[in-house]
Amino acid sequence: MATRPLGVDEAAALPARPGRPGLGTVLARFCRKKPLGAAGGAIMLLIVLTAIFADQLQTRDPIATDAPHTLARPSETHWLGTDHLGRDIYSRIVHGARISLIVGLASTLLGSVLGGVIGLLSGYVGGKTDLVTQRVMDILQGLPLLVLALVVSAALGPSVENVVIAISIPIIPRAARVIRSSVLSIREMQYVEAARALGLKHLRIAFRHVLPNTIGPFIVLGTAQLGSAILVEAALSFLGVGVPEPYPSWGRMLSVSAAEYAQKAPWLVLFPGIAISLAVFGSNLLGDALRDTLDPRLRGA
Amino acid sequence: MKTYIAQRLGIGLVTLFGMSVVIFLLLRLAPGNIVDILFSTGGYVNPSERAAIERELGLDKPIWAQYLDWIGQMAVGDLGKSYRYDLPAWEIIKPLIPVTLELAALSLVVAVLLGVPTGVISAVRQDTRLDYVLRVFSLAGLSMPSFWLGMVIILGLVSWSGWIPPVTYVRPSENLGLHLIQFILPALAVGYRSSALIMRFTRSSLLEVLREDYVRTGRAKGQTERVVIWHHALKNAILPVVTVIGIEFAFLIGGLVVTEQVFNLPGLARFLVQAISWRDYPIVQNLVMLIAIVVILSNLVVDMLYGILDPRVRYGN
Repeated sequence: MATRPLGVDEAAALPARPGRPGLGTVLARFCRKKPLGAAGGAIMLLIVLTAIFADQLQTRDPIATDAPHTLARPSETHWLGTDHLGRDIYSRIVHGARISLIVGLASTLLGSVLGGVIGLLSGYVGGKTDLVTQRVMDILQGLPLLVLALVVSAALGPSVENVVIAISIPIIPRAARVIRSSVLSIREMQYVEAARALGLKHLRIAFRHVLPNTIGPFIVLGTAQLGSAILVEAALSFLGVGVPEPYPSWGRMLSVSAAEYAQKAPWLVLFPGIAISLAVFGSNLLGDALRDTLDPRLRGA
Repeated sequence: MKTYIAQRLGIGLVTLFGMSVVIFLLLRLAPGNIVDILFSTGGYVNPSERAAIERELGLDKPIWAQYLDWIGQMAVGDLGKSYRYDLPAWEIIKPLIPVTLELAALSLVVAVLLGVPTGVISAVRQDTRLDYVLRVFSLAGLSMPSFWLGMVIILGLVSWSGWIPPVTYVRPSENLGLHLIQFILPALAVGYRSSALIMRFTRSSLLEVLREDYVRTGRAKGQTERVVIWHHALKNAILPVVTVIGIEFAFLIGGLVVTEQVFNLPGLARFLVQAISWRDYPIVQNLVMLIAIVVILSNLVVDMLYGILDPRVRYGN
């Protein structure tokens, strides 16, 4: 019995090893283990679908004004009421999903990718390059996110592209930090040593062998930043330096004019704010669950 | 410890220098200067007058000379003159500081009073229904724009009591009660949002400490659960929370930018927004530098506090 080569019997006794679990299985497991995360995912899916099918979902033209029907109460014709120019709030919120999501996703992606590459190179190269990069990142992080975005956005002037840039800049140092710290540990792995021993070029090792292994923290970071990007967009638009007219933006819908009419028409304030909160809530829930699943080291932080 | 502080201050200065370059260049990148804005509202003005104003404001000099002027002034504590109000910047900024500080301090108090207890309860009742409710509650706070929450609080107050809070700023010397109400409402909105991070850190840090041996010892000695948690465990669990509170302070200032606007409080943050739209460079530059100094100093103070609270952490050597 003891002379038999180890493992032979066990291998035979084991059921055939299943291949990679399918997407459906993974999703089902995620929903069972992380009900809150799944709820967040469902909210995000709803908002993505709203953004895609905004033209079909609208009941009125979102930018058409209607002088006889200003500040109308929520009713059958105007589900969520109208604003001070008679524009249909429901249709504006539906189209606002598009702006919020596009600006949020684009700025998160831009900031995370730029920051990620900086973090990758800074962590991989190390030494003086790392030190200098860290100081530059310190500078960008020395201001609260919204203040930096505000100054950048005001400097560039109001347009959708500029808002994306303004929001992505404060994300860069945060992304660089996260990716750098995970690169520092990956750099010491044996397979990286092996790649080096094979004589591969540094750039190839950094992008082909180190980078793919930072995908977990990268996804976690992206989902976490998406929520704050949507919030910053809302704040910038509220202050009038964000998404310009005539795009219906949730933050802009809340701006000064809404505050003026808030007592008479509370729906002006309530519904766009609920839309913002729901989108950010969804991405926060999803982000938390993804972090627990993909990056156990950060659990509960 | 002394060398450590010196080192940190040195790094802080380098950061500030970098920040000054970034901010200065950013503002010069902006389309249109104050002269354009003044003239676009004032109709036709002849070019020689325009040049005279630009010369008076120093806008005709090359950019590097403008930068050196600014740095030179800052080094001797001169914050320059506001283009728009034709007053020394410091005179405008000075009365705004207490407003923002009061609001930030009150918000921080709300955040700590709300965040620490809910974090403790959530950790002690880990994975129960109460834990879930509290976590969703805190995540909801993190998800709502604080300025919107502020608007909703005012709306709710008005429709519930019929009483409308004063629209203009009330000095504490005029009417202390009204003044406090004016600050408590935005502080609740901003503080609720900030409490979320504090709650999460308290929870995870306490969960870790509750697994330590000395907690088991305390329980084995027959100490009540209350003494074990609030006296023994929390004392050690609160350390990382202190760091978060420090970081949160810097975050708060960002949140105030919009909240001061909504509540019409004459603070630094609201003024920053106005100054930006006026391209009032001296004000914007100096306000941003002021905020950066506050952020850097608060980070430093938190690290120092950490060393004092936890004897295991020692700096220097």
